Amino acid sequence: MTGRRITIDPVTRLEGHGRIDIFLDEQGEVGDCFFQVPELRGFEKFCEGRPVEEMPRITTRICGVCPEAHMMAAAKAADAVYGITLPTTARLLRELQYQIFYVTDHTTHFYALAAPDFVMGPRSEPAQRNLIGIIRKLGLEIGGQVIQCRQWGHEAAEIFGGRPVRPINAIPGGMSKGLSADERKRLDEIVRFMVDFAQASLRLFRKVVLESGEYRDLILSGPYTHATYSMGLVDEQNHVNFYDGRVRVVDPEGKELVKFAPAEYAKHVAERVEPWTYLKFPYLKAVGWKGFVDGKDSGVYRATPGARLNVSDGMSTPLAQEAYEEYFETLTGDRTGRTPVHHTLAIHWARLVEMLHAAERAQELVRNPEITHPEHYRVLPTETPHEGVGTVEAPRGTLTHHYVTDEKGILKKVNLIVGTTNNHAAICLSIKKAAQSVLHAGVEPDEGLLNMIEMAFRAYDPCYGCATHALPGEMPLEVRIRDARGAVVRTLRR
Amino acid sequence: MAEAMPHAALTKDAPVAAAWEPRIVAFLCYWCSYTGADAAGTARLKYPPNVDVIRVMCSGRIDPELVTAALAKGADGVMVCGCHIGDCHYIAGNHKTMARMPLVARALAQLGIAPGRFVHEWVSAAEGDKFAALVDRVTRQVRRLGPLDWPRRMRERGVPGGRGLSPWSEP
Amino acid sequence: MTGPAPAERERHRIGMYWAAGCGGCDMSLLEIGPHLLELVDAADVVLWPCVADFKYRDVAGYPDGHIDVCFVNGAVRNSEEEEVARLLRKKSRTLVAYGACAIEGGVPALASLGAVEPLFDAVYRDNPSIDNPAGTLPRTSTETPHGPLHLPSFYRQVLRLRDVVEVDYQIPGCPPQAPQVWSVVQAVLNGGVPAKGDGRKVGCDDKSVCDTCAREKRHVRISGFKRPHEAVPEPGWCLLEQGFLCMGPATRGGCGALCLKASLPCRGCYGPSGTAEDQGMAMIGALGSILDATTEERARELVAQVVDPVGTFYRFSLASSHLKGGRAEGRGAP
Repeated sequence: MTGRRITIDPVTRLEGHGRIDIFLDEQGEVGDCFFQVPELRGFEKFCEGRPVEEMPRITTRICGVCPEAHMMAAAKAADAVYGITLPTTARLLRELQYQIFYVTDHTTHFYALAAPDFVMGPRSEPAQRNLIGIIRKLGLEIGGQVIQCRQWGHEAAEIFGGRPVRPINAIPGGMSKGLSADERKRLDEIVRFMVDFAQASLRLFRKVVLESGEYRDLILSGPYTHATYSMGLVDEQNHVNFYDGRVRVVDPEGKELVKFAPAEYAKHVAERVEPWTYLKFPYLKAVGWKGFVDGKDSGVYRATPGARLNVSDGMSTPLAQEAYEEYFETLTGDRTGRTPVHHTLAIHWARLVEMLHAAERAQELVRNPEITHPEHYRVLPTETPHEGVGTVEAPRGTLTHHYVTDEKGILKKVNLIVGTTNNHAAICLSIKKAAQSVLHAGVEPDEGLLNMIEMAFRAYDPCYGCATHALPGEMPLEVRIRDARGAVVRTLRR
Repeated sequence: MAEAMPHAALTKDAPVAAAWEPRIVAFLCYWCSYTGADAAGTARLKYPPNVDVIRVMCSGRIDPELVTAALAKGADGVMVCGCHIGDCHYIAGNHKTMARMPLVARALAQLGIAPGRFVHEWVSAAEGDKFAALVDRVTRQVRRLGPLDWPRRMRERGVPGGRGLSPWSEP
Repeated sequence: MTGPAPAERERHRIGMYWAAGCGGCDMSLLEIGPHLLELVDAADVVLWPCVADFKYRDVAGYPDGHIDVCFVNGAVRNSEEEEVARLLRKKSRTLVAYGACAIEGGVPALASLGAVEPLFDAVYRDNPSIDNPAGTLPRTSTETPHGPLHLPSFYRQVLRLRDVVEVDYQIPGCPPQAPQVWSVVQAVLNGGVPAKGDGRKVGCDDKSVCDTCAREKRHVRISGFKRPHEAVPEPGWCLLEQGFLCMGPATRGGCGALCLKASLPCRGCYGPSGTAEDQGMAMIGALGSILDATTEERARELVAQVVDPVGTFYRFSLASSHLKGGRAEGRGAP
């Protein structure tokens, strides 16, 4: 041990648990930085022996913030296991439910978890730096709208799946129930509100963040930038699609590296294991693992809203396309989006563009007359079950469920690569770079500075319950600064 | 019922650390299987003393929770006996038993309990010899499998005491 | 927001903490929607890692009993979680186990069915996308050139909150439903909670889900079992009677039978009802009473159609069952 060690333990305003260990060298500069995930549950193991049609209900317990993502991936994998092609109505219902969920989920992350840093300020008083502080500062009108968006989003979930949190209605072959005309009408109202709210959120972001010099510079600054590969699902026109498509990967300069069908994920992605964290590190096989570095020669990639915009040639809905072009124009000077954006904090902006797209797409779907068909919301399986892969874009990244069953549909083997896992290596890079920029010799690290390190990581909207399909382990919330002998010399209170 | 022979642990010559003896809980219905067990006793049939009998009015009264409670409290094996189908004193009480016990057996196997520890058999009032043979077979089976000692296993896995569960021999 | 002045004492101090959970319970507390603003007016949140930056250092510095009501969701799976659970017990006047994982073990308790080693194998060594030729596994302590890194140590069994600390109340559900949560929170704020009693269940019914399920019971026996994807259920009629295995009879009510409204059977997330201790065995008891079978053969035939008994009957409650998983011997057949 050569110098001091700073531990942020745990990180807050995320889903799941994690801790950051920063080692300072003798000069007081950052020597190395580790992001540990102390959780593991083992869904991949204890789902063995379970019937495959139950997986949309079991895997929703991987995460309570984005259960719909797992439900959809599980249902798609189960469809594939039974060799089912969904009828149009079923497909419309799945995608509609998913798009509405996207709006709700992105709202939750942006306002409850991320925005406090921007609206209250990264170094503001911690007791105010949360959703409640935001509501008090921005006023009850915005606060009310945030609550309404979440409330109505959960009402929609209840319409589809019986329950507001964690609906359970996707099954192999479609959905457990269809949509009545009244329900469709209510959803139409909800979606209309969501389109307006998404636009209002983008306006808020512009006002609070982009028009403020301080935050704009922060977004564009070096410490919060990494040039990595990007991954996301796209449709036939290479437009962003959260529910279905092929997985596209582009290099740091924007050139396509590969586009593959979800079932082939294992040919393109491999996962590494480090002994100091329970979470695995996926990387691109074609490029290879070169360590925790970014750049064209490193197999580290990101799967985030920012990455999804990077891999796409545009958005399939008009307002979101405008927002897409504004985003790329501002950050790269090229509104076509050919040049990828590598600024980590800009992911928050990409998230709002996606929110608008999800709301618009939901509007298209809810107005499709086939969506209320009284029978075609599901089909019964006829083939013998065997093996299948289901992939969707979880809000936090590409999510893959891979199941192998026996001939009765009982699971023999389960493999999951979950949203945030894709980003584990990149998050380690981002935290280290942020730490290196804010912590220097002679600068006593205070709570606000440490929060700025956490911001590098919060942008990924990490979901560690998901990523480790784990029982999150909770750790004492402390910042302990130790001297070279390990004795605590200072304890920080945020 | 046969005189229960004293456990080796209770005799004067017993070694300080008593050899383990299987402890088997048997739920017997009053009208058929308990009477059958009684008949074995009257006939002075010899069978191992390792079974502790719990008499219920009907095997249909045997809540599956009783089986798991017995195992959790430290029984090494559980027997459930009732009237033959068609002979139930309450007409259809044993219909419930015949539907429940196979599911109990499957659940126990999934939970990692060796199948030989749970036995479900019909014993009529006249089948004293069947009862004696059954106890003999089950005791040998459980003896081969060794002690289950579920409370100890739970303690080793870090479960503190459980909801008041304690080993059989503790007061 | 530490140490309020004595004059401010009419505001309650509330905490919400997650042990080994998934975040769904935290979301369910946000689900009270507009009531959130009422809550925030009447109480100070002094701990909520998902949403606010309060630290355990703060909590450790609070006087004992400083938190009026602390909700804890998630099971106890490792050493740190147990440590924090004990800390919160000390610092809270009332400790409430919130949600299925904290009360019954929840879905993650299914991991107790196996040993830790095969679990680690399946996750880190033996799956299609793994690149781990050295067979590396995570360790509780790893040396780096700069110093050691630690991870908490895993327990071999998933524990409930009350296995490690005394619990005053329990709110069941996966997650608990908002109207119930709000009624409990209101009771807390207005002083209307029933007397404490060893993990007394609140925010729920005493009877089973069937009691509040709107589907029609025709009092027919089950003549065959169907899995949910194998057939389209008849609307409005009890799913169990139709042969779709439904945990309603053995599950505590209070959710409003929501899953049934989406035409899917109950899977038991509110835990056992009434005085039942072992939800799985209670369900087997119930099923055994309503099969359409008068011969052993027929009974066996029907029972053979039930797939994955333990995964279905104990999906949420393995840690509070009698046997708690634990894999004593052998692999066990499904």
